[in-house]
Amino acid sequence: MPQAADYQLKDNDQSVTAVLTGDWTAILMGAAPERLAADLKGVRGVTLDLTDIGRCDTSGAWGLLRAGRGGAGAPAIVAPPELQRLLDLVRQAGEAAPTPPHRHRSLHGLFERIGRGVMGLWDAIVDTFVFNGRLLTAVGRAALHPRRIRWAAVFSLMERAGLDAIPIVATTTFFIGAVVGLLGANMLSQFGAQVFVVELIGIAVLREFNVLITALLLAGRSASSFAAEIGAMKMNQEIDAMQVLGVDPFDALVLPRFLALLLTIPLLTFIATLAGLAGGWLVAVTALDLNTSVFIQRLIDNVGITHFWVGLSKAPVMAMVIAGIGCRQGLEVGGDVESLGRRVTGAVVEAIFAAIFIDAVFALIYMELKI
Amino acid sequence: MSVEGEDGLDDDAPPIEVRGLESKFGDHVVHEGLDLTIPRGAVVGIVGGSGAGKSVLLNTIIGLREPQGGTIKVFGQDIKTAKRRQWTAIERRWGVLFQRGALWSNLTVKENVATPMTEHTDLTASDISELADLKIALAGLPAGSGALKPSELSGGMIKRASLARALALDPELLFLDEPTSGLDPISAAAFDSLIAELSDSLKLTVFMVTHDLDSLYRITDQVAVIADMKVVAMAPVQQLEQSEHPWIKSYFHGARGRAAAQGAE
Repeated sequence: MPQAADYQLKDNDQSVTAVLTGDWTAILMGAAPERLAADLKGVRGVTLDLTDIGRCDTSGAWGLLRAGRGGAGAPAIVAPPELQRLLDLVRQAGEAAPTPPHRHRSLHGLFERIGRGVMGLWDAIVDTFVFNGRLLTAVGRAALHPRRIRWAAVFSLMERAGLDAIPIVATTTFFIGAVVGLLGANMLSQFGAQVFVVELIGIAVLREFNVLITALLLAGRSASSFAAEIGAMKMNQEIDAMQVLGVDPFDALVLPRFLALLLTIPLLTFIATLAGLAGGWLVAVTALDLNTSVFIQRLIDNVGITHFWVGLSKAPVMAMVIAGIGCRQGLEVGGDVESLGRRVTGAVVEAIFAAIFIDAVFALIYMELKI
Repeated sequence: MSVEGEDGLDDDAPPIEVRGLESKFGDHVVHEGLDLTIPRGAVVGIVGGSGAGKSVLLNTIIGLREPQGGTIKVFGQDIKTAKRRQWTAIERRWGVLFQRGALWSNLTVKENVATPMTEHTDLTASDISELADLKIALAGLPAGSGALKPSELSGGMIKRASLARALALDPELLFLDEPTSGLDPISAAAFDSLIAELSDSLKLTVFMVTHDLDSLYRITDQVAVIADMKVVAMAPVQQLEQSEHPWIKSYFHGARGRAAAQGAE
């Protein structure tokens, strides 16, 4: 039965004997070693009597030895042989140098970190170019030898990154279309121009929201999973195994992901367009009592197909950038879990930023071209 | 007489008692009617062919896997019906060394070793820090390795760090899953002596899954052989050599078995 660690002190003429009782274990010893150390401090001729002790583990032995050292001169120890061996084991191990304490972050450390961050920025730029170069050569090789592309991987990734994303892309754009329709109807009806809500919905969905929402969802969904998959493989040395076997990870891992997103994003954008228009149509028909044929006719006459092509033209660029960022971050993962988390976060944040940035650049270009 | 401790565990019961264990993965039966009792203070080696279900047995006993049938008692407590308080008591009394170390990769070695102590004891932070250094040294790691992250360790160091963590609470029951696999023969022998030393002086009960014949000869009191979905024999290794069971026979009388037996003499 477990008992808390305790001791009795017996004073003789010349010496003090500490008779130890109870369980001297990590869990049960509590503050007993400190009390014992305080009692024995500076006392001459200490004997530790361990014959009646309950359980004693390495933590208990360590506590006893430390308390004994406090006295003047090494303590005599009376113990059964197996405990004596335990004490010897612990005494030997205790002589090892302690782990140096963790350095606290100071002002100096802060500057160091800022410096490393700035230098790291340059490294990141170089790494990006290296990655882009290798990806480009991989694409070039694949274009020259299309038979060497791993089509099985491409199709399976197209299913996971593309087809499986259809429900969420469709739902999200449906609601965006409906919201644009509602807000537009509210504003435009103040001027009695509520019929223009069709143009508003059409242009907003066809030109911007279809591709932007798709890209944002892919950034959250696929860039993260690409980074996590490749990162976990990196941690598990699977990428090293590929390299030693002469399999280029760019051919085997990066290119299929790149192609999968490139091939599925037009489809997703198209579905997003339909869903967005459906959301807008629902609002137009229910809130504005607009006729379905009027809705469609105005779309054809006043919006036109050009806006759709403008929207769709951004899709491949976004797909390439999102896949590239996801794979690049995955390949940067180091040996520990923390870097995996950091890289997956980095992949999502960078991909979202890149998608919005690309959208802005395209908007400027098309404005200058007056399309 | 069985004595119930404060924590609801029976101190006189065998640390591990498995009765009629059944484990299945779909249609694939791994264990059927497996019985195993590990006596207190014994170092028991568990051997069996690859896929015989050694690791499944270990995972089932430590509660990571729900068995399809049978009862498992740890310190006399059926783990299926154990309440939260009893689980905590059991967890304090056992330590597990996983096959691949399973060190927490975001913590340093020292933090890994200190974590069980901060969770389960009320020692002060400075005591825990000193004790963690002690355990790291006990496990045979060189000075200064406490500050390293698991990703910076070699395979052998990972095993040692993991042993240091398993020993953090000085458990009465130690589970070792292939402790010497991946170690060089010298480190493996040192690891064996360390476990033998600790199990003697701390009266540890050790449940050791291993393929290392040298370890079996050097440190085990008994060896349990898993074959045909159950424990077919449990005896000291010298007695097992005489066994007529075909698998045991080829295990101990192959070239490696003979070499290990000679080495032990």
